[in-house]
Amino acid sequence: MKAAVGEGPSAALLGGRNPVVQHSSAIRKLQLSKMAGADGDDSLYPIAVLIDELRNEDVQLRLNSIKKLSTIALALGVERTRTELLPFLTDTIYDEDEVLLALAEQLGNFTMLVGGPEYVHCLLPPLESLATVEETVVRDKAVESLRKISQEHSPVDLEVHFEPLVKRLASGDWFTSRTSACGLFSVCYPRVSSTVKAEIRQHFRTLCSDDTPMVRRAAASKLGEFAKVLELDYVKSDIISLFTALASDEQDSVRLLAVEACVSIATLLPQEDLETLVMPTLRQAAEDKSWRVRYMVADKFSELQKAVGPEITKNDLVPAFQNLLKDCEAEVRAAAANKVKEFCENLPEDSREQIIMTHILPCVKELVSDTNQHVKSALASVIMGLSTILGKDNTVEHLLPLFLAQLKDECPEVRLNIISNLDCVNEVIGIRQLSQSLLPAIVELAEDAKWRVRLAIIEYMPLLAGQLGVEFFDEKLNTLCMAWLIDHVYAIREAATCNLMKLVEKFGAEWAQNTIVPKVLGMANDPNYLHRMTTLFCINALSEACGQEITTKQMLPVVLKMSNDQVANVRFNVAKSLQKIGPVLDSNALQTEVKPVLEKLATDTDMDVKYFAQEAISVLALA
Amino acid sequence: MKSEGVWESCDMQWCLSQAKGSLDDDVTEADIISTLEFNHTGELLATGDKGGRIVIFQQEIENKRQPQYRSEYNVYSTFQSHEPEFDYLKSLEIEEKINKIRWIPQKNAAHFLLSTNDKTIKLWKISERDKRPEGYNLKEEDGRYRDPSTVTSLRVPVFRPMDLMVEASPRKVFANAHTYHINSVSVNSDNETYLSADDLRINLWHLEITDRSFNIVDIKPANMEELTEVITAAEFHPHQCNTFVYSSSKGTIRMCDMRASALCDKHSKMFEEPEDPSNRSFFSEIISSISDVKFSHSGRYMMTRDYLSVKIWDLNMESKPVETYQVHEYLRSKLCSLYENDCIFDKFECCWNGNDSMVMTGSYNNFFRMFDRDHRWDVTLEASRENSKPFQVIKPRKVCAGGKRKKDEISVDSLDFNKKILHTAWHPQDSIIVVATTNNLYIFQDKMN
Repeated sequence: MKAAVGEGPSAALLGGRNPVVQHSSAIRKLQLSKMAGADGDDSLYPIAVLIDELRNEDVQLRLNSIKKLSTIALALGVERTRTELLPFLTDTIYDEDEVLLALAEQLGNFTMLVGGPEYVHCLLPPLESLATVEETVVRDKAVESLRKISQEHSPVDLEVHFEPLVKRLASGDWFTSRTSACGLFSVCYPRVSSTVKAEIRQHFRTLCSDDTPMVRRAAASKLGEFAKVLELDYVKSDIISLFTALASDEQDSVRLLAVEACVSIATLLPQEDLETLVMPTLRQAAEDKSWRVRYMVADKFSELQKAVGPEITKNDLVPAFQNLLKDCEAEVRAAAANKVKEFCENLPEDSREQIIMTHILPCVKELVSDTNQHVKSALASVIMGLSTILGKDNTVEHLLPLFLAQLKDECPEVRLNIISNLDCVNEVIGIRQLSQSLLPAIVELAEDAKWRVRLAIIEYMPLLAGQLGVEFFDEKLNTLCMAWLIDHVYAIREAATCNLMKLVEKFGAEWAQNTIVPKVLGMANDPNYLHRMTTLFCINALSEACGQEITTKQMLPVVLKMSNDQVANVRFNVAKSLQKIGPVLDSNALQTEVKPVLEKLATDTDMDVKYFAQEAISVLALA
Repeated sequence: MKSEGVWESCDMQWCLSQAKGSLDDDVTEADIISTLEFNHTGELLATGDKGGRIVIFQQEIENKRQPQYRSEYNVYSTFQSHEPEFDYLKSLEIEEKINKIRWIPQKNAAHFLLSTNDKTIKLWKISERDKRPEGYNLKEEDGRYRDPSTVTSLRVPVFRPMDLMVEASPRKVFANAHTYHINSVSVNSDNETYLSADDLRINLWHLEITDRSFNIVDIKPANMEELTEVITAAEFHPHQCNTFVYSSSKGTIRMCDMRASALCDKHSKMFEEPEDPSNRSFFSEIISSISDVKFSHSGRYMMTRDYLSVKIWDLNMESKPVETYQVHEYLRSKLCSLYENDCIFDKFECCWNGNDSMVMTGSYNNFFRMFDRDHRWDVTLEASRENSKPFQVIKPRKVCAGGKRKKDEISVDSLDFNKKILHTAWHPQDSIIVVATTNNLYIFQDKMN
């Protein structure tokens, strides 16, 4: 073994603690050759290839090499990794984003490969240069890795190496480095001396009032996280003023991020301070001139509600929520409508019902007839959830009329959302109350001109069948399910086939034999070859659920008969069907009935028929 | 001469510093310059042409300290931004012509710009590289393979200095969002979103997201036969992230507030000057169509260009412009022939100087016009190699509108309408201007005293 391999992998490294070692066969080879004392030059070869490919013209090869960086480092040893590999990687920031992304990720797990925590600071230069590239995903990954290795720094190293890096990034010329700095304050703050802490707070303050909106956005998005590691006194003195300033920034995109910070800050503060320190800003955000900020408030409403507690919710958030539900911008109303159920659920129990009935329900009633369909459909996706909160009597009296109105809505998505959430009502009042209105709504959706709408309703059929019961289903819905089998859109026919299978799983083989199978098999004689093929697809789907008896006695004869079909597509689908249902059949039927037919098809004039027949013969081992 | 007397009394005189492009009169279609744009510092100037190419010029750094040579710009990078395409679904050819270039405020050492043709917007990165890796294990630098058995130690490549290389790489492609022809792109002051406008719609994009955009303005009538106006240009306010304007072929400018609602169908302000009934003619509507709209750097004013004039609007006054400058009023009597040769549909652009005190726009016969807003004077200059010597003050030109032609005046009838200056750009801080004639670029700077 030549000295060039360096110190070689240390025993601790190979002890299996480090997962990066295990994947590499090259390393294992290296180890083996070392142990055997063989000439090590052969074992250098794979590593040499990996190193050379770090600068290959093919991105994929470079990416591959970067992903095996641990193998290279291990072969070089900690010393050469520090003095040669890392400087090379530091300069390699010209590469494609995907390579840089992989590099940023690798470096986060590199501590042991540079010689352990004592040398972890050697990883800072390459990560620092990655933290300044323009591509956000790369920068974010570099910051993530920096955060990770910050934990491996000793308190001294943190102040000597890591904290200066944060400062350099924070005062960098380009905003990319300053945005990256924002994500690093919170990891070093808890572990440094109080003088350095003061400096960090000062840097964060500076970035919160940076000239460029990008940096202010980055600071605003890390404000909550930074607040969490700060001493409570500083939260009150520093963070609140920054929060107030960011929440009234001239850029809408900064203000809306302050809403998110609001949640974390409110969680940190004692209840008695919330009113004076947080609520003025939150109230202002809920009434912001920009709909995007109000949207953010609506979107984060449940989190805000939990953070400020029940008293403030009662006094402040209820009216604010009412306003958001009545907002002039549909996007805001839709976001608020989405939160109706969650908001109601989290209301304090003692006054929940009263608040919902007097304050929320009137707004909800208006939203049912909103002009915007997204608002209505957002509401429809949660409104059924209110019935569990309000109980049977209120549901029948107040909510049922709303459900019924939404079931008749002109927009199919609204109707679908109601139907897809039927289970909530089922628990409270039973589905029968709704069934009279449900049926026309389902029928209308089932016949909608848009095939995607038809597809969506088909997917709810098994659910509906389960809730409505077999009699209601047979009486009202069975015809629909059969009609979809001859829809002119393939996707619908396919979904209908799958639906039948689920229905059989639910209602059992006997039900299938009486209601579905005769109709499906009847289609085998249809003049349209597409419908004849649907029979085959149904058989494929149903055979397993129906079991050997029905498959052998009823389905198999039909399939075999269709092997004489004049359309080649039908014939090769016969071959495919036989392959599919073969495992369900008994071996006698396979040998005496299936085998001759497949052999005949294998000599068909059509190439595809031959191919699939031969495939079936080999899969079923009939040759 | 009176006009020159006025000219000399003001501080600014212009010298030609560079003329770029072929001297050949025979113009290749692909070489026609279709857009010009300085970056935010003025160190780089991007030009786009009908051949889909972008050429970036860089101010010579060494010359910056010598004021008389500071306007020397040399080619920094050239690349093909767009290729001709064919839309098979609509059987439409998509030209590669670059309609607009907009620089993104600089975020790190690299520079970024948006370029667009009729349909597709691209984000380009222009970056420098001055190091390259050296050293292979299994081959020599020239590519010859070594005998693997001679490899006895591992070698890590090292970066070594090399000659500066400028690379342009496409970073993002924003496609499939426009049914009509894109006429404008404009970056928002939040530096994360931008708008793109076509004849009937304006879309809002996030710079990092290419697979979706939001439609914020849609003026397409349900029935296309009811179509009466199209969007001609759109721009974001330089500081207020929520404000943008768009101009129309009817001569109006609408200002929208994105805070008010997600869809900006309702404008918050509409700027329109009532038509002077005495000037009413068949051509009124055509010549009132706005070909360009630009906010002043301060964000207080905006400038619009229609066929015959430049108007400056105070954003606080919708009823009429605060200033109107005639660009080539002498053409009013020629509208009929300009209609016949299609010149009346030419889209002239306009630009502000760095401190908003002057504006510039182009005209015919390779003339361009400058208006000083504070001193109320104006001047016509000509972009030509013949009539200007390097670093000599160029003489203003004058067009004789009628009556007897004086010495040094040029008659309206002898103007060459094939020579037009549609695109001009003003250095954001310095007295350096650039104008594009058909396939040539002229750079001027003020005369240093």
